[in-house]
Amino acid sequence: MKLLIVDDSNFIRRAIERHAESFNIKEIRTANTGKAALRALNDFVPDLITMDITMPEMDGLTCVEAIRRVNATSRILVISALSDRSMAVEALKRGANGFLLKPFNEDSLREAVADVLED
Amino acid sequence: METQLKTFVAGAVRYFETVAQQHAEVGLPYLKEPDNDDFLLDCAAVIGISGSYRGCVYFSATREMLEQLMKTVGEQNTHPELVLDFVGEIANTIAGNAQRDLGAGFLISVPVVIQGISTVRLPKEIPHFIIPITWQKHKSFMVIAITNK
Repeated sequence: MKLLIVDDSNFIRRAIERHAESFNIKEIRTANTGKAALRALNDFVPDLITMDITMPEMDGLTCVEAIRRVNATSRILVISALSDRSMAVEALKRGANGFLLKPFNEDSLREAVADVLED
Repeated sequence: METQLKTFVAGAVRYFETVAQQHAEVGLPYLKEPDNDDFLLDCAAVIGISGSYRGCVYFSATREMLEQLMKTVGEQNTHPELVLDFVGEIANTIAGNAQRDLGAGFLISVPVVIQGISTVRLPKEIPHFIIPITWQKHKSFMVIAITNK
């Protein structure tokens, strides 16, 4: 399985990467902005994308929408600290497949990834 | 203001319980006195608040605490840049979680991280409430300076 991690926090990218190693993920790429994620998708088709919302240059919801214009197959898990219910609803409306609230740990990430992939 | 402060206290408790899977002692919030800068520690992150509120949320901790917390969650690299990134992520998470109670109009900025204790400028016209947080004997502080628009 291939994973693209999109988050402006290096700490979070590394944390997801660390946890993902135990999820049978073979290839991992990272992007620190929405624009970098779109560039990465030019030559990389991930099975799963984890997407932050609050990022400079292009926020995660705009990026999800942009991804869906060119890629209908990758599963997208939005991971954000923004906890108002409307944020999760908006993420799904824009094309995400799931929403995980920060803070997370390995167990909650594993569960959210499994839900998004099985959905 | 009491409701807002309870939200941030709950967010701080949840952060440590989820990420470190350990309990942090969160003390009673108190109003910052003009000459009290005890809450300024080695590393800090400021989140600007906009939308239906204005002001900022500020998290400050010692480098020692942040490095220990990083190791607890499995991050062995404690390069100074990563430590600052981590303090920004803590502030971002606790502030973002407050949206559940404060509503979708509570908008947060990306964190601005600060190294050292002398470079902080907080809005003077808004009262600052300080929430002390103790984890593994390390002190840290959450400072809430927000008001309704």
